[in-house]
Amino acid sequence: MTLRLAVELDGGSFAAPDWIARIRALDEAELDFVTFADTFGGAGPEAVLLAARLAPLTRHVGLVPVATTTHTEPFHLSTALATLDFVSRGRAGWQVRVSADPGEAALVGRREPLGFGGLFAEAREAVEVVRRLWDSWQDDAIIKDVATGRYIDRDRLHYVEFDGTYFSVKGPSIVPRPPQGQPVVAALAHGPQVWNSLDVDVYFTTPDAAADIVRDLPAEKKIFIDVAVSDNTVDVIEKLEKTGISGVRLTGADVDGDLVAELRRRGLFTPSDATTLRERLGLPQAVNRYEEAAHA
Amino acid sequence: MPKQIILAAHFPGVNNTTVWSDPRAGSQIAFDSFVHLARTAERGLFDFFFLAEGLRLREQRGLIHDLDVVGRPDTLTVLSALAAVTEHLGLAGTLNATWHEPFELARQLATLDHLSNGRAAWNVVTSPGAFFGENFRRGGFLDHADRYVRAAEFITTAKALWDTGGGDFRIRTSQFDISGTFPVPRSPQGHPVILQAGDSAGGRDVAAEHADAIFSRHHRIDDAREFYRDIKTRVAGHGRDPDDLKIIPGVSYVLGDSAADAQEKAHHIRRQQVSPQTAILLLEQLWNRDLSGYDPEGPLPSIDPVLDEDDTIIKGRAGMYPDRIGTANEWRALAEQKKLSIRDLIIEVTGRQNFIGTPADVAARLDEYVQTGACDGFILVPHLTPTGLDDFVDQVVPLLQERGVFRTGYTGTTLRQNLGLR
Ligand SMILES: Cc1cc2nc3c(=O)[nH]c(=O)nc-3n(C[C@H](O)[C@H](O)[C@H](O)COP(=O)(O)O)c2cc1C
Repeated sequence: MTLRLAVELDGGSFAAPDWIARIRALDEAELDFVTFADTFGGAGPEAVLLAARLAPLTRHVGLVPVATTTHTEPFHLSTALATLDFVSRGRAGWQVRVSADPGEAALVGRREPLGFGGLFAEAREAVEVVRRLWDSWQDDAIIKDVATGRYIDRDRLHYVEFDGTYFSVKGPSIVPRPPQGQPVVAALAHGPQVWNSLDVDVYFTTPDAAADIVRDLPAEKKIFIDVAVSDNTVDVIEKLEKTGISGVRLTGADVDGDLVAELRRRGLFTPSDATTLRERLGLPQAVNRYEEAAHA
Repeated sequence: MPKQIILAAHFPGVNNTTVWSDPRAGSQIAFDSFVHLARTAERGLFDFFFLAEGLRLREQRGLIHDLDVVGRPDTLTVLSALAAVTEHLGLAGTLNATWHEPFELARQLATLDHLSNGRAAWNVVTSPGAFFGENFRRGGFLDHADRYVRAAEFITTAKALWDTGGGDFRIRTSQFDISGTFPVPRSPQGHPVILQAGDSAGGRDVAAEHADAIFSRHHRIDDAREFYRDIKTRVAGHGRDPDDLKIIPGVSYVLGDSAADAQEKAHHIRRQQVSPQTAILLLEQLWNRDLSGYDPEGPLPSIDPVLDEDDTIIKGRAGMYPDRIGTANEWRALAEQKKLSIRDLIIEVTGRQNFIGTPADVAARLDEYVQTGACDGFILVPHLTPTGLDDFVDQVVPLLQERGVFRTGYTGTTLRQNLGLR
């Protein structure tokens, strides 16, 4: 079976040419996606904007920035990621992150850091709001009906009316439904506290935790193992292939064409023909929750 | 050398200026539309590309407004993507000072400034409270005066963070109490260009003290001159050189082969912009009450506007009528005198194109504005997405260049330099 292949891009350069060179190499190698590491107070460029900066210069690779749910507005996250999906023509994703760092809380100065439970409860709410906002426009909402003078059919737009512990959000989104409907949502999950409390599409985990997470989660969840690039990366990946995972994410160093070629030669990786990131990962077409409700 | 004209391109917005019903109208959300307009502006050597923002879909009579374009991308994300397909064009985004936080936004703007090589600009707006607030954890919480307190403190805080150039900060104001390390090294412009778009005394003062440019809505030449004088006096009052604040009204234009041809086109566009349904909705925005029972081809209402500025019939759009009764009386008198129906009256009194004529006429009038102290340049608002500026760039820009009032090539490497700002 072949694996899906991702790379984590890290680094503090603010020079666009540095990133362009790195991403073009990965795009040409037809990797499935890259993640852009970041934190709320992060030392590099803000990851969503970096991904957007690179989107028009790539054709294949999926773009998955880290964005933090602690201290940020879910409404802004939703519109930014939907827009990334538009500018990349359906290649956007989001790696959810929380911030337990008191130093980051002081950057906003509005409240004390939440405990572990609170951080993940808030992240759950943020993911739910973001997803509802993506669905808040039906795909066919723009009708441009000259006879009645209407640009949209407002019955195909939906208030999300989210009322949670950490925030309430009225909706609908100010951005139409993005090309993928639901851009791919991912999270780092090294233990069951995380994967049991956050419901996302893709989990990044460690080789040690792989068997547990594969056992705990339903088959439609995509499990990626983080593998540090080293001299024997290909052998490590070959062993992991049998654990029932969907793919690997290479971390720690840039991936060169030779490594990808070797993975292809051993049948561990085959570039995908699918144009959207969801399709490429084998995620089902995203059903719009409001459309379903309207037809029920 | 005569004074040089600043030109910017406004992406067609979510109001009835934008004609979506025209067969040539393209997508309002596909990235290709943004690329086309931005590249057209860069081909025309424009200073910057401009995006407005609204943090909730407009509502009228309690329903989502459906007659105009609805929906647009997130401001900073699409500007960052446009940095990849342009080289010199400034990238200006409207971002609200109420529903953002200084550290996060300063980091994002500094990122954009780096990734675009010094082309980022921020149009600071404050916008009405509770309605947008329902989409945010912050909620709606600021009255008009406090909005500008926050906006001013937000701008000075952002500048202080940028000035650390990757260092530590501790900031305490009435609105913010924040500390830590600002992680972004000094960006090419140092400070991204600051625009401001509020028109009240509070808004004007914030601009006079802190901004590099004002996006104004004063486009009649006498109004514009008065506004220009008022602002430049305020700027000097803050100890700044009046030249350090540029005044750039948003304007629309129509080109024709002759003056009569241009007028005819302008009228056709106005009829597209004001459908019968839109006529009633625009009338309601002044009357501030439900007029759905009125016939757009019939006479104006004899009942008076409702004076309740806290609960306006339209939500999500800045108020435009400080004197509802007075304006209603003027409109009635005009309709009476010229025998105008509601729709014809609305076509006449709202949103008429500002510059109508042959390319030579339009170039001459734009130049007159700038040389006679009415403004420093223009944010052009086309009515068609995405091709609405093609004719201006092909036909008017060369004439402005011939007059010696517009660049023939980019000279600065940053937006700030191109605008002639320090
Ligand atoms: C020319 C112009 C453009 C504006 N554009 C926006 C915008 O894109 N988004 C927004 O939320 N508010 C916008 N505003 C609203 C202002 O930020 C402000 O809320 C409004 O003008 C009321 O403040 P004031 O009483 O100081 O004028 C704009 C205002 C003007 C005059």
